Amino acid sequence: MNDFWIITTASLVALNTAILGSFLIMRKMAMIGDAISHAVLPGIVIAYFISNSRASFPILVGAAVSGLVVTALIQFFSKKVKLQNDASIGISYTFLFAIGIILISAFGTNVDLDQECVLYGEIAYVPIDLIYWGNQSIGPRQFWILFSTAIIIVTAVIIGFRKLVLTTFDESFAAALGINIVFWQYYLMASVSLTTVVSFESVGAVLVIAFISGPPATAFLITRSFKQMIMYAIGFGISASILGYYTAVWLNGSIAGAMAAVIGLQFALVFSIVKFRQRSRIQDIPVSGA
Amino acid sequence: MMNFLKEILSFLSFSEPNVKVVFWGSLVLCGISGLVGTFTLLRKRSLIGDVISHSVLPGIALAFILGKQKNLIYLIIGATITGWISTYLVDYITRNSKIKNDTAIALILSVFFGTGVLLLTHIQHSGNASQSGLDQFIFGRASAMNMTDVWLFAGAGIIIIISTAILFRGYTLISFDEGYARAIGFPVEWLKLILSITTVITVAMGVQAVGVVLMSALLITPSAAARFWTNNIRVLTILAVVFSAFSGVFGSAISYTYQGMPTGPWIVVVVSLIAFISALTGSKTGLLKSLLLRRSNNRKILKENTIKIFYPLSLQGTPEKYYSLEELSVASDTPVKILSKGLSVLKNDHLIEGNSSLGFRVTAEGRRESRAIVRKHRLWELYISRFMNLQPDHVHDDAEGIEHVITPEIEKELEEELNFPLLDPHEKEIPYDQL
Repeated sequence: MNDFWIITTASLVALNTAILGSFLIMRKMAMIGDAISHAVLPGIVIAYFISNSRASFPILVGAAVSGLVVTALIQFFSKKVKLQNDASIGISYTFLFAIGIILISAFGTNVDLDQECVLYGEIAYVPIDLIYWGNQSIGPRQFWILFSTAIIIVTAVIIGFRKLVLTTFDESFAAALGINIVFWQYYLMASVSLTTVVSFESVGAVLVIAFISGPPATAFLITRSFKQMIMYAIGFGISASILGYYTAVWLNGSIAGAMAAVIGLQFALVFSIVKFRQRSRIQDIPVSGA
Repeated sequence: MMNFLKEILSFLSFSEPNVKVVFWGSLVLCGISGLVGTFTLLRKRSLIGDVISHSVLPGIALAFILGKQKNLIYLIIGATITGWISTYLVDYITRNSKIKNDTAIALILSVFFGTGVLLLTHIQHSGNASQSGLDQFIFGRASAMNMTDVWLFAGAGIIIIISTAILFRGYTLISFDEGYARAIGFPVEWLKLILSITTVITVAMGVQAVGVVLMSALLITPSAAARFWTNNIRVLTILAVVFSAFSGVFGSAISYTYQGMPTGPWIVVVVSLIAFISALTGSKTGLLKSLLLRRSNNRKILKENTIKIFYPLSLQGTPEKYYSLEELSVASDTPVKILSKGLSVLKNDHLIEGNSSLGFRVTAEGRRESRAIVRKHRLWELYISRFMNLQPDHVHDDAEGIEHVITPEIEKELEEELNFPLLDPHEKEIPYDQL
């Protein structure tokens, strides 16, 4: 039963991130996911500390606040003092992440958090933390949180699908049609932030990025339509969760780490196949005039 | 606070022998990251620094698995190899597929790091006793260094400093204009390769102090902070090294003094604070500096626009006549609020005399000033109407902006170019001083 809950939880993370990641990588915003997932840490730690619980609402508020702080910092550096964009992002999120780690070390004894779990989550403990309905256990808390998030994300993307796609692929055309580009950008960013914060606890900061960038990138290599790409990305994400779990059991190592490794292998495999077929196709072309 | 300072001072007094190791270790490691990071920043490859620092983790773990012990040289070699492979892969994927650069960065970074975590946890669970402390590479622990490590770092540091000094011109060229560097025959590919290997080695060593997660900050932040103080690349490099080394020592002092405090995050917080202070007060592009500059520009424009109002008036009446605020406002079509602000600036600079009840009139110096600004305006109008074939009714707005930035030298050239004209395109007199 434990296997089932861990794999299901990871698959829900994979579902959410595959959908949103597909949009992000088409918008060249994959690193924004990286920045957000690091930068929300101090807010989460302070929320843990103040509310003295792992209740989800204060954590979401804390994460949202530090999300705003990192956006403001990046804006300050790139707009107010004209620092180049990549450096502005780099400075801002490393600073907030460092503050978060220091806070964890300072409050360490009071708060049920440690430095490593921030990075690679604690998906192995998911089945222990159960929710009860009356006296009956109805499954792990993380599962239900991620399940509700998945419903929110899938609904949000279905509602906004046409406009999200338009603003992603042809911004000026979308603007010409009178679509509010900024609104849809924030719509997407809000969904990404929600997913990141919620997935944080199970897979950790860095591995959210693996899920956001990996499966969509692999799917992108072999698809021609965007809808198909999202479907394939979900497929790759979920299969990476399953294979990753058994790899971790086999190697007796971190589950989230193994999932990231499998995501990498999937990409490498698909990439080589695509390259190989391209090459043989080029060789098949008859040389004209010969 | 006093207690805190005392602790830091006791650290810097080297009262315990191990303190010396930590001090020199973090000084050297952070110093060379500042040096190498300058080029990472200038080549806009800050995020590649992030990839390298995350990707050294699997190398460290593999080196431990293969070498079966925590030998620093093996670990650095392992780290350098996977770190270098990661940058190569990012470039390869970007070049050979439709995947965008930032996606490749995010993918390689997280997959390498995840693999590193998998291997590390595998080692930890395998029950090998000598593995303890391997996880310190994630957040860094300067106090875990020993004197042999420091000598190794110092040796590598000297090689990096010498090679950078020799190749400085080449690095500078490829940072600013790769095409030009290639055109004048610099071995660009070699320079890029050497710089990239240097960066990877620096990161591989630096994770000892800062940890893999935050190492990229040590490449980017010191030079970004230095950037606010100078436009000269040599000064930039030196400042970056100083900022970085200072943060390294200060951060490791804190982590050494307080048990359980990780080194890396403190170093990053200190260097980030330096960056914030630099962003605010930096003497080149700092916020304060640009605010002051903007203020002094606005003041100059306001002053010149206000003194200009007196020029047509002085042509009509006698110079002794006082004009009230309302008269001036009507004559110049300027709101009273802006006008009175401008008048107080002029009075401060002794260009006008009088007060609000008596009215205002220009002083001799003020008259000269008002003629000067009108002269520049009309010279420019004539210049662009003659040389750009603009209609006379199109030239006013352009001159309105440019009159404030024409220096005496440009003015002289305009006069000579136009052969000391008497009338502007609107048939109005151009007022010269000596007539």
